[in-house]
Amino acid sequence: MRVKVISRSTDEFTRDRSQDLQKVFRNYDPALRSQEKAVEYTRALNAAKLEKIFAKPFIGAMDGHIDAVSCMAKNPNNLKAVFSGSMDGDIRLWDIAARKTVCQFPGHQGAVRGLATSTDGDLLISCGVDCTVRLWKDPMRRMMDTSDAIGDASQPSAVYTWKHAFWGVDHQWDGNIFATVGAQVDIWDHNRSEPINSFEWGKDTLLSVRFNPGEPDVLITSASDRSLTLYDLRMSSPARKLIMKTRCNSVCWNPREPMNFTAANEDTNCYSFDSRKLEEAKIVHRGHVSAVMDIDYSPTGREFVTGSYDRTVRIFQYNGDHSREIYHTKRMQRVFCVKYTYDGTYLVSGSDDTNLRLWKSKASEQLGVILPRERKKQEYLDAVKERYKHLPEIKRIVRHRHLPKPIYKAANIRRTMIEAESRKEERRRAHSAPGSRPVQPFRKRRLIKEVE
Amino acid sequence: MGISTEEDPKERKNNKDSLDEMEMKVAKYSRGKAANLGALRDKKLKGQLAGKERLIGQSAKAAAQAEKWFLPIEGGYLEPEGLEKTYRYQQQSIVQEVDLLSSRKPFDMILPVLGPYTLEYTSNGRYMIVGGRKGHIAMMDMLNMDLIKEFQVRETVRDVAFLHNEQLFAVAQKKYPYIYNRHGTEIHCLKEHGKSLKLQFLDKHFLLVSINSFGQLHYQDMSTGEMIANYRTGLGRTDVMRANPYNAVIGVGHAGGKVTMWKPTSVKPLVTMLCHHGPVTAVAFDRGGHLMATAGVDRKIKIWDLRKYEVVHSYTARAQSLDFSQKGLLAGSNGSLVEIYKDSGGQDYKVYMKHRMIKGYQVDKVLFRPYEDICGIGHSMGLSSILVPGSGEANFDTFVENPVETRKQRREKEVQALLNKLPPETIMLDPNMIATVRQPKKKEKKTKKEIEEEIEDVVEAAKNTKVKKKTKGRSKPSKRAKKKEEEVLKAKRPLLDQYKETNGQPEKKQRIGDQSELPKALQRFAKNRQP
Repeated sequence: MRVKVISRSTDEFTRDRSQDLQKVFRNYDPALRSQEKAVEYTRALNAAKLEKIFAKPFIGAMDGHIDAVSCMAKNPNNLKAVFSGSMDGDIRLWDIAARKTVCQFPGHQGAVRGLATSTDGDLLISCGVDCTVRLWKDPMRRMMDTSDAIGDASQPSAVYTWKHAFWGVDHQWDGNIFATVGAQVDIWDHNRSEPINSFEWGKDTLLSVRFNPGEPDVLITSASDRSLTLYDLRMSSPARKLIMKTRCNSVCWNPREPMNFTAANEDTNCYSFDSRKLEEAKIVHRGHVSAVMDIDYSPTGREFVTGSYDRTVRIFQYNGDHSREIYHTKRMQRVFCVKYTYDGTYLVSGSDDTNLRLWKSKASEQLGVILPRERKKQEYLDAVKERYKHLPEIKRIVRHRHLPKPIYKAANIRRTMIEAESRKEERRRAHSAPGSRPVQPFRKRRLIKEVE
Repeated sequence: MGISTEEDPKERKNNKDSLDEMEMKVAKYSRGKAANLGALRDKKLKGQLAGKERLIGQSAKAAAQAEKWFLPIEGGYLEPEGLEKTYRYQQQSIVQEVDLLSSRKPFDMILPVLGPYTLEYTSNGRYMIVGGRKGHIAMMDMLNMDLIKEFQVRETVRDVAFLHNEQLFAVAQKKYPYIYNRHGTEIHCLKEHGKSLKLQFLDKHFLLVSINSFGQLHYQDMSTGEMIANYRTGLGRTDVMRANPYNAVIGVGHAGGKVTMWKPTSVKPLVTMLCHHGPVTAVAFDRGGHLMATAGVDRKIKIWDLRKYEVVHSYTARAQSLDFSQKGLLAGSNGSLVEIYKDSGGQDYKVYMKHRMIKGYQVDKVLFRPYEDICGIGHSMGLSSILVPGSGEANFDTFVENPVETRKQRREKEVQALLNKLPPETIMLDPNMIATVRQPKKKEKKTKKEIEEEIEDVVEAAKNTKVKKKTKGRSKPSKRAKKKEEEVLKAKRPLLDQYKETNGQPEKKQRIGDQSELPKALQRFAKNRQP
């Protein structure tokens, strides 16, 4: 007879001393774990609920400006530095970790309209409606200083006066060139008091400008003649132009896919384009109920943030047609500018109520140092939530966002209007000759034409 | 030492065997077959699913490979030598052969006064609670054979059950079930359950299930105290009830030979099976969920496949109580004889061990102890425990059930269990149904339009049939027209019925009870339609 029975000595399975860690034994046999799917589903449901409970995206407001915040710039050299310009001509440098003004620059007469920093972070460029471009050398000096007294920074290192009021500025990636827009596009060099090049296509005011992060000589502008124009500095004239039905307030390139850009349009939508194929938008990002004022991509290129005239800040997936997140507070007014910080964790919004606001990009994310075990647990819960996201209960909880009443109602009205429009179009189609009214996809509907 | 250049054929065979073994292990961990991606047309989805399948394959392989480090203990076994048979071995001879630690585990406790005894283990197998019919309750720590608490309730005790851990247990007493803590303090009296005969606790759902003397099933949530469900089985008094560990469905055996299966969210049983001619005496479910064993007064033990609800094997034997062990051994008791059966391939259970108690002892309950090679026996003269090599799972998972858990671990586990408490709706026959797509119904009802079209086709076909030319005036135009009409009517009659049904008013059958139909003298026997 050969016989053996299970025999465990307790010492072998428990720790020797109380200071030791508990011994852990694993057996991954599925037979030990019954009803795995039900357990996973319950965990996913609880995780979805907890996510809602912990969703506290608002970190704080930064006050100091005495007029509406009109523009912002982040510094590639420093994660916690943000520059902001206001309608009264004031420019400030903020430390977003401490949520304090570090330094105040004696700015412009009249509104500051554009702020940009050079890629090395050593130069701040501001422009405004007083027809001047101001260059500030070493703007971060105050931040590095140990003395915490707020004082006026030195005078601008250069002031260039030009013929027209400016509406925006952007600095080239890797280079000495920056571009301003106003009545025309002007290309400037750091060391020249006059633009080295100018472009003009049409007579209307240009609203914003952005250099391409991949191709340093390519830039895009949006103008109040409802156009988006692509320029190449190596050519003497603008390259291409797209005319839409409403104007775009701002544009932003996707930093990871630099051929794509997204435009924040006046008609409440954002349009993502492939710059090589302007005849139709890749995706229309819908959700806002009033004009979108500003847009900024996260450094990963997977998400972007928009600020709108409807007093909300929204986060979209780069390929998602509806917003992933909606941020609002009782006191936040029309949002004029938004920025995604360079670590992809925070958002900064500047609004009409003279405040800058700091938000988390993931509303329920735990801040601070996370232990590996906590991180693993979070990853597991995220995976489970992803797996069961189609189930009605989880979907309902994850999708739900509380909205202020005016926005909720406005969204309802907009939905009704869009439905009515499409119904009307359907009827028109039904009563006209077959094929005479082709179905226009939404991606093309708001575009008029592309001009070479 | 010679270096052989050629591979030893024996070794090669061993390699092949180990490969097959590996494949089997991977199959165990991959939890079913992979999705059939060939049938998919959506390329994006196909890519995503292919990625997921790859991940599942990798993790299954990793788990299978890690088995040799994670599973340090080998399971028990009992192997005969030569012409010996395992069922001829006596307990004494087994005890002599095993190690010292294990040889202390079997015991016979003679408690002649307050029996017969029933018993229950915690799910980690560490604690045992025993209940004597005449009111004796005792809780023991089986790891170091300590008596934790012993007390007398001074009334009939019909069943005992642990709740989620050893801190609380339920006892079905003379009139109601009660809940006690480990110090013997009465915590609750569950009056709503009535005179319950059998108790079961579903630990993932925190539900205490009882069946009372009226054949009523009660489901009560033990974390909130809420009564979840209360159903009449309608099949009479019974004390044969078992939870299926695979899907938490409750199986109840009835005096009419039926076994019904229940979940807390349906008034009617999910399944009703006629298992025996005569009363069912015991029901047991395998851990895998696909096997059920039933025993009846008709001197049969039957093994059922719960996927097809068919008998796999039927044996002529008696059993007053049945239990499946973690490794799939089946224990049955008959009078003073305890028999252990083992699957000899194809779910054919053969006698593996026999243990005869002292003549005259009536075995009330047999129960395998989880994570140990031990079978506990409650009988009319007390308690016994015998060694059954190969019955228990050798390797436990600290985060599932831990037989040597500390107080802190127990508390942590309690919190986790409450956080992951499953809602009662998740109890269903196939627990893997959650988050799958419901198959479309095979037979869709035809729409009105479809039926109309079909009728038209049929009529057209009937009109076009050629009528044979006949003589002697039978082919007169009038006759031919009549014949055609008949053909058409005949063709469309079956479809017309369907058409009427889609119109919303299915043809009502006259009820026998309708008073107008019946002659006056019979009207008083008609069913009264008013409540």
